Amino acid sequence: MFKITKLNKMFILITVFLVVGVTFTGIGCVDKNTTDASTTEEISNASQDATVKQGIIVKGSDTVLPLSQAEAEEFMVKNQDSDITVIGGGSGVGIAALIDGEAEIAMASRNMKDSEIEKAKNNSINPVETIIGWDGIAVVVNPENPVTQLTFTQLKAIYDGNISNWKDVGGEDIQITVISRDSSSGTYEYFKEEVLEGREYRQDALVQPATGAITQEVAQNKGAIGYIGYAYLDDSTKALALDGGEGTFVSATEEKILSGEYPLARQLYYYTNGEPQGLTKEFMDYVMSEEGQAIVSDVGYFPVK
Amino acid sequence: MSNRKYQEKAIESLLCLSGVTAVVILFLICIFLFRDGLALFQNYSFIDFLIGTKWYPTSQPNQFGLLPLLFGSIIVTFGAIIFSVPLGIAVAIYIAELAGEKEADVLKPLVEILAGIPSVVYGFFGLVVLVPLLQNILDLPTGQTALAGSIMLGIMALPTIISMSEDAISSVPRSIKDGSLALGSTEWQTINKVILPAALSGISAAVMLGIGRAIGETMTVMMVTGNTAIIPGFPDGLFVPVRTMTATIALEMGEVPQGSEHFYALFAIGSVLFITTFITNIVAEYIKKKYKFNMGAGQ
Repeated sequence: MFKITKLNKMFILITVFLVVGVTFTGIGCVDKNTTDASTTEEISNASQDATVKQGIIVKGSDTVLPLSQAEAEEFMVKNQDSDITVIGGGSGVGIAALIDGEAEIAMASRNMKDSEIEKAKNNSINPVETIIGWDGIAVVVNPENPVTQLTFTQLKAIYDGNISNWKDVGGEDIQITVISRDSSSGTYEYFKEEVLEGREYRQDALVQPATGAITQEVAQNKGAIGYIGYAYLDDSTKALALDGGEGTFVSATEEKILSGEYPLARQLYYYTNGEPQGLTKEFMDYVMSEEGQAIVSDVGYFPVK
Repeated sequence: MSNRKYQEKAIESLLCLSGVTAVVILFLICIFLFRDGLALFQNYSFIDFLIGTKWYPTSQPNQFGLLPLLFGSIIVTFGAIIFSVPLGIAVAIYIAELAGEKEADVLKPLVEILAGIPSVVYGFFGLVVLVPLLQNILDLPTGQTALAGSIMLGIMALPTIISMSEDAISSVPRSIKDGSLALGSTEWQTINKVILPAALSGISAAVMLGIGRAIGETMTVMMVTGNTAIIPGFPDGLFVPVRTMTATIALEMGEVPQGSEHFYALFAIGSVLFITTFITNIVAEYIKKKYKFNMGAGQ
């Protein structure tokens, strides 16, 4: 009796192993025949092995991420035998992946730094920059905050620690809770350069790991101020009009960003190793095409053309 | 006959190999962590790292001051202990001594479910529910504070503290308890004066392991503490944003160029973290051993 149960157990074990084994063999087959896969889900689920043949990896800025995802989805519907994997993580992560040869395209919301270009050269990678669209950075506050506009001088003072109360910039007597992104974010670097003119953020600024976290805190905190990409703007926060030094306040609207009047507008980049070739070129041509640029607008950014 | 012997040997060596692998992995992690951590001090003064009060990793020149991050970790952990230890021990006493068998059978698994919730879920709950609540109740400039982190970590440490303390309390020999009751002391006197002292080292070990968990936790803390790298005061530091060592590594690892000073600085932070949890675990282990010895004498 006892022996029989033991045998049974053995059988069960063997069966489990067989089932697992067969399953994995199946996965292997799917990998090698991505052409047979009919839906985009299946394509994107195929492992990275497939990228050697008919796939590329696009990695980097979380700002560019929603745009690249939308582009890749449309592109893969049109080109069923291609596999484009889009991964976020921040501009620096994407550029590092390009330098290490792990990604074909690095998405970035800032220019490559000199140190990064040097590293790339040392790895015999030749980064080539393509501007794929424009983004506006909105400075947001809680909708209940009466302040509607700030000059760059005021904004800088708020972010470097010289102003800590809303009443100093025409608001209520509430302490300002300053929010920034973490240093992995391209927006962090961009804001530091444009607004702080290279100076450091105040030491007591809150550091949030994602844009969503900034929106969340600003929406629930009456004294908070933060910066987010234009695409993330919604009713839960209020965007301020900014004066970049020209003496007029410009609100964060599509027209003002496109016309270049809004002071916090920036370019979005794809970086490739050398001039794009093969599938990388096809994908980038698609992004730059009329259709691809229409997607840029759909996602909430602004086309280059 | 010999077939069986081979089988036996094969299984034995397989198990031995698994054991050795675990140890080898630990040592490799140690070596890599410390090698990259120490690389920071080729160009950056060790003293500046240890007593620096500013963490500006991307400015020129870089400042890698450990103190704000170390104190950030300490204050969040301290808050978590204040919150979770009394609560945890109270629950453990209730389950072990006062609750009926059926109640205990329901309570124990429920408490253990707490341990199975992913930390990002705790973080999300903290950010959306606890943070606004703290801000409104305590009238703070922001609810993203060390206190929010402490409360979340306290909840996360509860299952460890409760189940280990409960084990310790349950393993106090029945005879001791009966003796105390027979001498005319009340239930509470027995728990307070007899059972708790007898289980003290087991409870202490539970607390130490709970602390170990709290120091190493990353995701939840990063989402609710605001990540401001300033040295918190005490005890008012509980009500301002802080940044812990773990959150710093998680926040900055993405951007950092490999082989840069900033990269090595993060590894140095990692080394400090490793040493801290290592010491905590050793202390917990030591207390646990002592506790086993005591129980042997008790029986």
